[in-house]
Amino acid sequence: MTFLTYLISGISLGSIYAIIALGYTMVYGIAKMLNFAHGDVIMIGGYVSYMVTTELGWSPLVSVLAAMAVCTLLGVLIEQLAYKPLRAAPSLAVLITAIGVSYFLQNAALLLFSANPKSFSSVVPIDSIRLFEGKLVISGTAIVAVIACAIIILGLTWLINKTKIGKAMRAVSEDKHAAQLMGVSINKTISVTFAIGSALAAVAGVLLVSAYPILMPTTGAMPGIKAFTAAVFGGIGSIPGAFLGGILLGIIEILGKAYISTQLSDAIVFAVLIIILLVKPTGLLGKKVLVKV
Amino acid sequence: MKKKSYSFLVIALMLCLALLTGITNPVSAADAEAPIKLGGIGPLSGAAAVYGIAVANGANIAVEEINALGGLQFELNFQDDEHDAEKSVNAYNVLKDWGMQVLVGTVTTTPGIAVSAESFADRIFTLTPSASSPQVVEGKDNVFQMCFTDPNQGIASAQYILDKELGTKVAIIYNNADAYSTGIYEKFATEAEEKGLEVVSTTTFTDETANDFSVQLTEAQNAGADLLFLPIYYQPASLILSQAKAMDYAPVVFGVDGMDGILTLENFDVSLAEGVMLLTPFVADATDDLTVAFVEKYQELYDEVPNQFAADGYDCVYAIYEALKDSDITAESTAEEACDYLVGVFTGEEFVFNGLTGDNMTWSETGEVAKSPKGMVIQDGVYVGMDAAEDSEND
Repeated sequence: MTFLTYLISGISLGSIYAIIALGYTMVYGIAKMLNFAHGDVIMIGGYVSYMVTTELGWSPLVSVLAAMAVCTLLGVLIEQLAYKPLRAAPSLAVLITAIGVSYFLQNAALLLFSANPKSFSSVVPIDSIRLFEGKLVISGTAIVAVIACAIIILGLTWLINKTKIGKAMRAVSEDKHAAQLMGVSINKTISVTFAIGSALAAVAGVLLVSAYPILMPTTGAMPGIKAFTAAVFGGIGSIPGAFLGGILLGIIEILGKAYISTQLSDAIVFAVLIIILLVKPTGLLGKKVLVKV
Repeated sequence: MKKKSYSFLVIALMLCLALLTGITNPVSAADAEAPIKLGGIGPLSGAAAVYGIAVANGANIAVEEINALGGLQFELNFQDDEHDAEKSVNAYNVLKDWGMQVLVGTVTTTPGIAVSAESFADRIFTLTPSASSPQVVEGKDNVFQMCFTDPNQGIASAQYILDKELGTKVAIIYNNADAYSTGIYEKFATEAEEKGLEVVSTTTFTDETANDFSVQLTEAQNAGADLLFLPIYYQPASLILSQAKAMDYAPVVFGVDGMDGILTLENFDVSLAEGVMLLTPFVADATDDLTVAFVEKYQELYDEVPNQFAADGYDCVYAIYEALKDSDITAESTAEEACDYLVGVFTGEEFVFNGLTGDNMTWSETGEVAKSPKGMVIQDGVYVGMDAAEDSEND
């Protein structure tokens, strides 16, 4: 029973990692860049939801939509202002820019919302479910996180495989120049990718602070790094990989804490990552790309 | 393009000049009635901002009161360190350039260890309101504490739990990446073992894993713990409280001074903290004149009930004032002169300080304070002295 409790905590934490990891992996897969500001877009999503529910007193559902709208705009704006001018620049320049954007967002939040942590009231109205005479308690947020994660995965898979914009994304991902020659607008495709990734970040942000209700300007930083790890773990650029990586990372983290050592939980997570990358350098579901010279 | 970069250079130079004049002006303007320069360091932003802001507010009230009395005058310059050791040392250097004579700081422990090493080397008298690790004062004759040391908090907590029979099986969750938390935990564990208090579960977290506590709580619950000892700061504590509630686990929760501040957390559901106990040297609902006057003034100025850290900050400034008021230390004295004099007074036998955070406080040569803690419990969203709470239950 205890094992089940841990497993459920792990899956719930993993679902949140997975949603964040999807944002990383989509942007990487299509724009071939690591958007390190992704974790901070999550934090902004949390703050928007917080402001809408506490300051305006609107319903939690509206706050989620508002957070998604703001984050989508923010994501597209960041892409236009910070990354688009660097499209031809070396990838290292883009990476450093992304880190800069990340710090910019954190400090902007510090100015706007102050450093004092805020306690977030969960947007999930579902009570905990009790099974086996109360021995197994599953929190409402955990259930919603898992369901949201499943819906998002299905939605994204459909979008990428069945729609026109999805086809454009796959084309840009495969070969930017060839896609452009075929009439695919690279800028538009990348903007859409950022929009979707950032909307997902908003959802992840709201779920994250619902499950772990402390909101600070640095709230997104650590989950962002963990989710990036999850994306690499599963094979960066691969959507099922991000999902698998996220869930596995959550489970390893919790079980490692429970059965090995609470002190070493992060060490265990990253040790597993290193082992996986040694055995399979492209991650669990990553594609091997042969570069012809 | 070239022109542009030149204009940047000019602006940068002008800024540098402005900064330089800003620093040199107050020093040259020193005159006979110039105030003694108190430096303060603590987190005014970041995760631990509640403590730093409270200390700065409390210290400001004390400075205003003292300056209004006439006689010895103080000027307080409080710098932000974001609870970061490196930034704290930078803040310390800024204050040193400013001409600080006495340091009130730092507020938190990890930066305190770094800064006290500097102030020891520079011979600047340091009185920390709340950096409670013994490492802050150890081997530094000019560094003193206003708060209990971590070991003392650990020992006092174990003793208090035993004396009041608050629980029989204890679970502990502490932050093993934090000197403060680990320090309290270690002494608590030793003391509990010696006194026969049963510890059934000990688990840890770090700042990086401070979001999911389901494992730690499940372990505590399975071990049958009826008291949860949390020698940690209030942000992770608030998460622990909400996650314990989500899993229907309701032990007695016992915290230390880092728990103070949980009620000021914005939008926090105070019902989660109902019944949480903590040891602290200051109770805002105490009825002595000093506390009542301080709480009133604090509420008027800052619109909230002062916590223990505000009282610590206030006491620090007053302790320095008491020690300096009959001396010939002035704004003209060097920091080293002030330091030697203050060390002599603080370790002298006749120096006894009565403040908000305790009566008859004295300091040992190592810099630790001797005073007795008060138990507090949260009832209906406010702190109530544990003894007062017992009385009201008996009525």
